[in-house]
Amino acid sequence: MFGKLTLSAIPYTNPIIMGAVAFMAICVVAILGAITYLGKWKYLWTEWLTSVDHKKIGIMYLILAVIMLLRGFADAIMMRTQQALAYGSNMGYLPPEHFDQVFSAHGTIMIFFMAMPFIIGLMNCILPLQIGARDVAFPLMNNLSFWLTAAGAVLVNISLAVGNFSRAGWLGFAPLSELHYSPGVGVDYWIWALQISGIGTTLTGVNFIATILKMRAPGMTLMRMPVFVWASLCTNILIVAAFPLLTVTLGLLTMDRYLGMHFFSNSLGGDPMMYINLIWIWGHPEVYILILPLFGVYSEIVPTFSGKRLFGYTSMVYATMAIALLSLIVWLHHFFTMGNGADVNTFFGITTMIIAVPTGVKIFNWLLTMYRGRVRLDTPMLWTIGFLITFTLGGMSGVLLAEPPADFVLHNSLFLVAHFHNVIIGGVVFGVFAGLSYWAPKIFGFPLNERLGRWAFWCWFVGFYVAFMPLYALGLMGATRRMDHYNVAEWHPLFIVAAVGAAIIFVGISLQVAQVIVSIAQRERTRDLTGDPWNGRTLEWSIPSPAPAYNFARIPVVRERDAFWDMKQRGVDLKSSTFVPIHMPRNKAAGFIIGGCAFVLAFAMVWHIWWLAIAGLAGVIVTLIRHAFDDDRDYHLGADEVRRVEGLHGRVEARSM
Amino acid sequence: MNRSARTWLARFCRLLPLPATLLLGGCHWALLDPKGPIGMDERWIIETAAGLMLLVVVPVIVLAVVIPWRYRASNTRATYQPEWSHSNKIEAVMWSIPIAIVAVLAVICWRTSHELDPFRPIPSTQKPVHIDAVALDWKWLFIYPDQHIATVNEVAMPVGVPVVFHITSATVMNSFFIPRLGSQIYAMANMETADNLVASVPGTYRGISANFNGDGFSGMTFKVKAMSGDDFKRWLARTATAKQALDADAYRTLEKASENVPVSYYSNVTPGLFRQIVMGRLAPGRLMADAATSTARRD
Repeated sequence: MFGKLTLSAIPYTNPIIMGAVAFMAICVVAILGAITYLGKWKYLWTEWLTSVDHKKIGIMYLILAVIMLLRGFADAIMMRTQQALAYGSNMGYLPPEHFDQVFSAHGTIMIFFMAMPFIIGLMNCILPLQIGARDVAFPLMNNLSFWLTAAGAVLVNISLAVGNFSRAGWLGFAPLSELHYSPGVGVDYWIWALQISGIGTTLTGVNFIATILKMRAPGMTLMRMPVFVWASLCTNILIVAAFPLLTVTLGLLTMDRYLGMHFFSNSLGGDPMMYINLIWIWGHPEVYILILPLFGVYSEIVPTFSGKRLFGYTSMVYATMAIALLSLIVWLHHFFTMGNGADVNTFFGITTMIIAVPTGVKIFNWLLTMYRGRVRLDTPMLWTIGFLITFTLGGMSGVLLAEPPADFVLHNSLFLVAHFHNVIIGGVVFGVFAGLSYWAPKIFGFPLNERLGRWAFWCWFVGFYVAFMPLYALGLMGATRRMDHYNVAEWHPLFIVAAVGAAIIFVGISLQVAQVIVSIAQRERTRDLTGDPWNGRTLEWSIPSPAPAYNFARIPVVRERDAFWDMKQRGVDLKSSTFVPIHMPRNKAAGFIIGGCAFVLAFAMVWHIWWLAIAGLAGVIVTLIRHAFDDDRDYHLGADEVRRVEGLHGRVEARSM
Repeated sequence: MNRSARTWLARFCRLLPLPATLLLGGCHWALLDPKGPIGMDERWIIETAAGLMLLVVVPVIVLAVVIPWRYRASNTRATYQPEWSHSNKIEAVMWSIPIAIVAVLAVICWRTSHELDPFRPIPSTQKPVHIDAVALDWKWLFIYPDQHIATVNEVAMPVGVPVVFHITSATVMNSFFIPRLGSQIYAMANMETADNLVASVPGTYRGISANFNGDGFSGMTFKVKAMSGDDFKRWLARTATAKQALDADAYRTLEKASENVPVSYYSNVTPGLFRQIVMGRLAPGRLMADAATSTARRD
């Protein structure tokens, strides 16, 4: 009846896991209780869960990302304390089977359920505003993408309480992830969580490409798009190019595990090397999918806070495109040590190094944008300068690793771990925090607390160096990654220093939580009434904060790059006197229901509960068909209502009132 | 220059190598203090590439701090050119600097990837020693095919003589790695890879699997004993007196998963055992008879 699922799947004998489960359960119950107590279920359902408004979907992505950041960071703290303890006769507090789940979950969560939702959340919140659009191309599909991602995130976290998670690393390398070596449900949880969230991401890619190419305001030619839009376009092209590969690779692994096939197994002609290739052909573009939008974010922040045009816009666009294309032909540098032969290694080594050229150009561009500007050092700018310093170092260690013979000794070492955290924390994480503090007034209508933001920045910045510089050193000492225990005395002090670094980052994250709470508490005092708190340059700042449901009462006409800056120079009046009805998409429950059914399907597949899996799949299909016959998808927001909302923000010309 | 200044300068010069000494003190920086020529070459690449890149990285980091400070909003004396956003000259320089550095690194990449290909035999007047290495859950089996002996988690090699490791795995992917000697390479089931290494200094070095492989991963280390030719001969002779023999049966017992396995020695290794492992004929589930007949056919 319940497949492999029995009561023994709940690890109630493990105090660490049960503590975490209890904590999560208390949080969930508290939130649900609060919603019930405040009588907000209907509001939540009609205004948020079923919303097709890109801004609300964006905020839901951001909330998901922040929660998952906390979860992923808890894993990080566990790994750092374990490695700080587990030297010599001390085995630490995590046995291998638990430690291996922790690092697998850390990587999976941070990439798929923290970084991805963060960047997609920022794109959702800002991108349509920057191109002068009223929504994305496919609003309901956007909602569906979110719920598929959320379903994957829930699945990963359920694995904590019911069964266990994968012990095969964040990329589930075969043959370790094959049934023979990983017989439990862990790898299945990993597969299905990635599979459904991956499909959500693919749909996002399709959605944003269509949005950027088809929905720009009149006059916004491609070469007048803000660089964030360019970067997002490249990222979404990469998503559409790469994510189907992930889907197929996971599908083949699923067939190995469920149907006894041998695509990647050790026997009967299976080829594990093929798995490593396929997963990295997706995996390498994936890291550029993460970093490119943040390059865009920095390219928005630097000109705004320097009060100056972006230097070398054309270079920036070409560099972004070049990085996107190159990212598709470098995957083999993740396994120079597989014995590919010198010619193959050289090819991929050199293509990898070439990426340093456009990336270096971008760094120079940002520096030259600040040069002869008037640089305001607000929090977004602090994160940006922190990024410039940190990412440059990370890029350097990356090019070092691109020399195959250097990689022969550094591959899989803690040097590598330090490298990719150097670029992911220094580039992606600093970038999303920069973007969040920059756009918070537009997204939420009020800014994030500046003082706490600064403190948080310094904790992250210092904490990063204290946590990861020892890892570079450890890598040069021959320490490999993923060890739950070691016997080398010289390593021990450095692991302790790294744990101290993680503690400093923990203070930073705590300050950010405090920052969010304080900012919400102070929102009435700090509300952004102008719509343009930073003296911005792009169209999102031309409308009120937070953006009204329809974004633009009248679609702007673009004559220049930095369209809003140009409007301000020309003294264009943002107030209107005449309003027209606006065509709007209607909120629908289909996305939520499909996401829920996909979750049921995935959970049932993990535990081999076939009837439930069929029910889940049927739910997905029936909902899709029902939605196809639903004609009540849109409505017109009356001109009076638009006038009323604009009036609230003082955007109606006095004589017409 | 007066006397005291000269003494001061001399003292200063004596201190110059100090950072390097501190850095390498205690000799536990395995990759920066290699014990063989392959590792030395790889250290050269790491240092050269890092040095070349630092030529740009250091100025960039300095500029990333200096520019925003110099042009901070409160410094109204600094030049302000809000519309300046393009310069062909600067862009040309901007693209050429990284291109120049990457060009040099690419040449290094091409040359060293070929020179240091782990499969490439090391030129030497000495006849190389052949050692077969098998990754098992979770220990390393080393077979000396010419001497018909085998060891678990210990490998001895003569100093100054090239060693050819023939590597495979009877389980998931592993990576054969001796940090002090250089290049690692994957150990994969049904596959044979090779790692050509040589030790130039006697000593005991750490060997590991550098690719995560499951619960016993951390304990899967082995000792590498680099010794003089005479010592090596004695070690071979001593190992040949080991009581246990390694045939298909003994191998199947050894192959079963175990963690933190102590060193052990085998004499009388069945000829062709390594080939059988590579061909997957000794994998669990294969019939003994099947293995036996194919052994007979091949040898």
